[in-house]
Amino acid sequence: MPMSVKTFAQVDEAARALAASRSARYLGGGTLIMRAVNYGDQSFDTIIRTTDPRLKQIAQQGEMLVIGAGITMSEIIANRETAFLAPVARTVGGQAIRNMATVGGNLFAASPYGDFTAALLALDARIVPAGGQPISLEEFLNARERNAGLVIVSVQIPRLRDVNAFRYVKVSRVKPKGIAVMSIAAVLPMQAGRLANARIAHGALGPRPLRALAVERALEGRSLDEAGIAQALAVATEGIDPPSDPIASDWYRRQIAPVHLKRLLLGQRR
Amino acid sequence: MAKKPIQFQLNGSGQAIFAEEGSNLLDVLRRGVGDLSPKYGCGQGTCGTCTVLVNGEPRLSCLTLAETVEGQSVETTAGLAHGPQLHALQHAFMDNFAAQCGYCTPGMLMAAKALLDRNPSPSREEVVEAISGNICRCTGYEPIINAVLAAAQSGGRRYG
Repeated sequence: MPMSVKTFAQVDEAARALAASRSARYLGGGTLIMRAVNYGDQSFDTIIRTTDPRLKQIAQQGEMLVIGAGITMSEIIANRETAFLAPVARTVGGQAIRNMATVGGNLFAASPYGDFTAALLALDARIVPAGGQPISLEEFLNARERNAGLVIVSVQIPRLRDVNAFRYVKVSRVKPKGIAVMSIAAVLPMQAGRLANARIAHGALGPRPLRALAVERALEGRSLDEAGIAQALAVATEGIDPPSDPIASDWYRRQIAPVHLKRLLLGQRR
Repeated sequence: MAKKPIQFQLNGSGQAIFAEEGSNLLDVLRRGVGDLSPKYGCGQGTCGTCTVLVNGEPRLSCLTLAETVEGQSVETTAGLAHGPQLHALQHAFMDNFAAQCGYCTPGMLMAAKALLDRNPSPSREEVVEAISGNICRCTGYEPIINAVLAAAQSGGRRYG
């Protein structure tokens, strides 16, 4: 199909153009859209992109770390402000993919992709659409299909009091890396040896990254040891909806979810 | 069909061509310019055989919108040798039997070149990481890793 490409200097113009067309898709790093083009996707005939520098900024704004939607995984790894997210970005693809794949694009990556978004979910991130108010990532993901017409400008992450409270693991079948069997991101703040307001999110255990709400509840006020996490492990598969795909079956993902959760919580990995 | 003019540097020499809108860099290189060294493998970012360097950094040319390299520097395997003198990586790949069917080789070479340009004496682990986005379906990874390490040991000069 003949394709046309429209490039805008301002992200707001790009967002308006996207909203005004039913047959346009927005191009971030290209790893999703160009793949669709290569596979002859007939659902769009226009590619919209922007060169707006706002999408390439990483900045601390008050209590928020703001990451431009056009920041690539390699840029996350290289930037000091986002160093705590480097272990997550490193698990996304090989070097070439990481030089292309963006934070904004990952928000739209279908399961089993989207590990970076799972981390953002655990970090209680908000997303900033062009010409709109910030919305919680959770709200955005719950209506992701409807939100496909949005152009994302940036992601806001509340400042972590203790970056060591953030943990992440991605489980793959091949080394050093591969597509996720599952991933877990967790923020585990401790107060006097007890967990307070832990946030846990899963990648590849549902149609989109999901919070493990039952696990979070079961961890409240507990200590991070075998006895303290027992109840959380008992409810580890509650609320998950794993896909069966060429990487793993629904059954297998349910079997291993508590195993990897336990290792992550007890720090038995890495 | 609308065509767009694109100008970029390919292996150090200027290129100016007309490309169909929406075409990817790999198509422009192979069909537009006639550089057949980068290969089309999966078309979905999984195999890495289309890897080229854009401003020295590896990219998947099949997923790169061609017009985004306007004014940029692109390197492919075709630019590795200087006349009859092969690049250290090319010598090392031959000496270590690092090519079996050869389909992944151009991508492996470019991923390895990006690594050695940045890090002239990588560890084995760093080599594995650098080629982790490139699939060798013959599964001949060990000779490839050994070749990259051998090229590094040769100091990037003529190998052997």
